[in-house]
Amino acid sequence: MAQTVFAPWKDRDQKPLIEFRNVTKRFGDFTAIDNLSLNIYEREFFALLGPSGCGKTTMMRMLAGFESVTEGHIWLGGQDIISVPPNKRPVNMMFQSYALFPHLSIWDNIAFGLRRESKDKEMIGERVEEMLRLTRLTKFAKRKPHQISGGQRQRVALARSLAKAPKLLLLDEPLGALDKKLREETQFELMDIQETTGTTFVIVTHDQEEAMTVASRIAVMDEGRLVQVDTPDVIYEAPNSVYVADFIGDVNLIPGTARLRPAEPEPPVAAPTLAKDPAPVAEAPAPATETTAPPPTAQADAPADARQPAPNERGEWIYKKVFARFLGQRDLATPQLPPPSPGELAAARKAEADAERANTPTPDAARAPAPAAKPHGTETKSGGILIDWAEGQPPIIVANGDTALDGKPVTLSIRPEKVTIDLEKPDRPNVLPGKVIDIAYLGNISTYHVELASGRMVKAQMVNARRLSNRHITWEDAVWIGFTETAGVVLEE
Amino acid sequence: MRRFSWFNVTSLTLGFAFLYLPMILLVVYSFNESRLVTVWAGFSTKWYGELLRNEEFLDAAWVTLKVAVFSSTIATVLGTMAAYVLVRAGRFRGRTLFSGMIYAPLVMPEVITGLSLLLLFIGIGLDRGVLTIVLAHTTFSMCYVSVVVSSRLTSFDRSLEEAALDLGCSPFEAFRLVTLPIIAPAVISGWLLAFTLSLDDLVIASFTTGPSATTLPIKIFSAVRLGVSPEINALSTLLIAIVTLGVITASIVTKRAAVAQARDEQAAERNE
Repeated sequence: MAQTVFAPWKDRDQKPLIEFRNVTKRFGDFTAIDNLSLNIYEREFFALLGPSGCGKTTMMRMLAGFESVTEGHIWLGGQDIISVPPNKRPVNMMFQSYALFPHLSIWDNIAFGLRRESKDKEMIGERVEEMLRLTRLTKFAKRKPHQISGGQRQRVALARSLAKAPKLLLLDEPLGALDKKLREETQFELMDIQETTGTTFVIVTHDQEEAMTVASRIAVMDEGRLVQVDTPDVIYEAPNSVYVADFIGDVNLIPGTARLRPAEPEPPVAAPTLAKDPAPVAEAPAPATETTAPPPTAQADAPADARQPAPNERGEWIYKKVFARFLGQRDLATPQLPPPSPGELAAARKAEADAERANTPTPDAARAPAPAAKPHGTETKSGGILIDWAEGQPPIIVANGDTALDGKPVTLSIRPEKVTIDLEKPDRPNVLPGKVIDIAYLGNISTYHVELASGRMVKAQMVNARRLSNRHITWEDAVWIGFTETAGVVLEE
Repeated sequence: MRRFSWFNVTSLTLGFAFLYLPMILLVVYSFNESRLVTVWAGFSTKWYGELLRNEEFLDAAWVTLKVAVFSSTIATVLGTMAAYVLVRAGRFRGRTLFSGMIYAPLVMPEVITGLSLLLLFIGIGLDRGVLTIVLAHTTFSMCYVSVVVSSRLTSFDRSLEEAALDLGCSPFEAFRLVTLPIIAPAVISGWLLAFTLSLDDLVIASFTTGPSATTLPIKIFSAVRLGVSPEINALSTLLIAIVTLGVITASIVTKRAAVAQARDEQAAERNE
């Protein structure tokens, strides 16, 4: 569909349908909503998202008229509605418990609101039939609410709240009572109905997946304040705070200190020779069914990766004195190993190339195999910041970090699906060694919990493009996790 | 373990005998031919016929019925209102005091309720008769109604009322069209409870009645003081029959409704 993008919130001339203006709501000493301002536009599917107790339900109940406003104003379609009783507002609500009238049939439930406006019988009949068709309930019209299933009840509640053609429909956790499969189906149904009727929907939910699926914009709330109001993709990819990053989806949060990144590529910290991979090269279980690896000779000549996490002196000392006791001697021994023979190198490169191809998720797939052949340092974007996140570890390169954050404590937020996991050291701007502690196999994807040398856990996600028997990373494996210099988002504390 | 052990059977027999032997005796003797209550002289239904010709008893029955219907209806209205307010008002200062005050008459000795009402009626110069009995009965049965109704209201999903408001009802319409039909069973059983209480009350009625109005319990009590007659046995048997019939009907109806609802719900889940 070649439509113009629906984004009334970007248009300065658009008048909002709903306008919260400095709204505060207190229950005794407790402040549920704290001086909140928000615009919601016509035809939007707007989601209020947050943990329980964040004030999202209070917001909705204030819109419906069930809660009074302590301070501030709410405008709906150009009218200040704070003193309008709920039965006089052009707003209808779909309740979490559905609140179907048990003593009335489905037909009468849907007709209930229409009858209050004392419209003529014929018109009511037509409208009810239309709603029944819209929600595919025609054959249940004569039943009582307890005679139909949960999913059907949910549709009755929707039909009843839409029957009066409100300007605004409020949905309070509308799918909470449905099982997962039915819930997903119903989400799409809701979107269809919202589009067909052109009604503005405001949905309250604590389920971030649901909000991401249905909403045109999401407001993430915490303790009565709006933390971020944006489209689902912005909320997910560019959260404005640690709270939002952590609340929406799965995320790795790495706290550290920012410093300016030198214009030149970071000079090698130590180890002019190739620092060894944690796994002995000879043992690399290369699946080795593919023969399209880059020519090994070109690789063997390439200089050692400058940003490889080779330990510096202080780190080595700390490791020897402190970490060696818990983590064993393995890493300590590696720098002393003789340089690998060309044969060993070739095997390692080949395995690496295979692993890279198998593991890299789609966003990087196009460019992932390529850098191996290029000279190092040039493919990495310059600028941005470095984050020192652990003693004795190389800093994390963040090309999209704000240079104004220099010297400040920051948190790097990076989504697990943007972190790759390899047995061989991959060629990525940021690579960190670690050990697989846990694997969550979800069928379509697997999440690996990797413990870094500093003890920090990092989650890496891999799409299971291959069948189970072909995958090779398992518990206790020494692995490399890697991500690009723009994969993460730097958040100020 | 055997279900019908010697011990179980004995305790069951003793328990039921304790409960029902007096009543069985009463029912049996209501069919006695003899005028003497304690001497069996063959089966007869003549005392039932006598009863229907006894004007005094019929008058008393009529008064009792009037009092019971009026007092239980007024008590239901007032009790439901009290329950609604107490449940809906949420928490406010003195809520416990108010609800306690509503329930206090439940445990107040009847003699005291009766005496205080008598003093009040004398004080305001109200002639004692049907009206005063109705008022007195309303006073004490109202708390029973409000207990029954408020227990139903606490489990009432408040979003149903909000949904009604949301769909354009005024608060009163919401109550009439949604709340009342849903809590109707509790209101009806509150009414029945009030009706029964009024029907068999002797103490408060005798405090608040005047010469113009004699209720059935008062009539029976005063008649028995002159000697138990088979007529009274017959009357009591009739009362037992009515009550038994009512209880059985009510339980069958409730059970059937519950079974039907469970079956419907199962069917609905299967049709998903």
